[in-house]
Amino acid sequence: MRSEPYIQNRTLTDLKTDLEIVQREIAAALAHNTYTEFAKFAIRLCMEEAIVNAFRHGNRGAPGKVVQFRCDINHERAEFEVRDEGEGFDPSGVPDPTADENLEIPSGRGLMLMRAYMSEVEHVPPGNALRMVYKNGPDPAD
Amino acid sequence: MSATDSVIQIADEGSVKKITFTQKSIIDETVIHQIGKDIIGVIDSMAKPKVLISFGGVDHLSSAALGVLITCHNRVRVKDGQLYLSDIPKPIFEIFKITKLNKMFQIVDTSDAALKNFK
Repeated sequence: MRSEPYIQNRTLTDLKTDLEIVQREIAAALAHNTYTEFAKFAIRLCMEEAIVNAFRHGNRGAPGKVVQFRCDINHERAEFEVRDEGEGFDPSGVPDPTADENLEIPSGRGLMLMRAYMSEVEHVPPGNALRMVYKNGPDPAD
Repeated sequence: MSATDSVIQIADEGSVKKITFTQKSIIDETVIHQIGKDIIGVIDSMAKPKVLISFGGVDHLSSAALGVLITCHNRVRVKDGQLYLSDIPKPIFEIFKITKLNKMFQIVDTSDAALKNFK
């Protein structure tokens, strides 16, 4: 299958509608660039977490506030940036959800999942943008 | 009827309430909220809840869904009940492993095996 680089810049105004569109377009781009089922699963999960966080926590659900989404997908890597209109977020302030004392707390696992599945995760100062990279290749060993 | 009314199915297996999902993806916030409300309703309807949640056919799950499951776990524990999870596909189980929630939940391979574990 030939590679089909895919670059997208999009302003997201509605969480549900735009997230569905973004997920559909990314899935098609990943399929055209020979990503594995594991990679598609991982990226879909991370996109969900990142975009929901941007609307809910970054923009605090404020009407009129938008999320800027950018992606650059080729057969070697898939890079994403999700930027909200919030004041920024300090990831070091998030408690470790895997600590025994935190296991029963219902929230705070989205960032951890993104870090687990993505090759690179970076909060761009002042913390209102998240940049993530997935490097295409064999699935992690069991 | 709203779009979320039929997100879960509830079946009686003896004294156990078995819950299955009618959608493959448990990622939509509205759906997750409804699932949480419905499962908590099941738990609260039982004096000492015995609940089995089967993930057969589920192919996507978000951290928000994990949050609902943790809330259910906590509610069952308060009522001195039992909660088992079963039929978790491998990619979904990986999420439980990453978050170490496989240590907190009672997870069994199949529904049949889980049903035998209830006391």
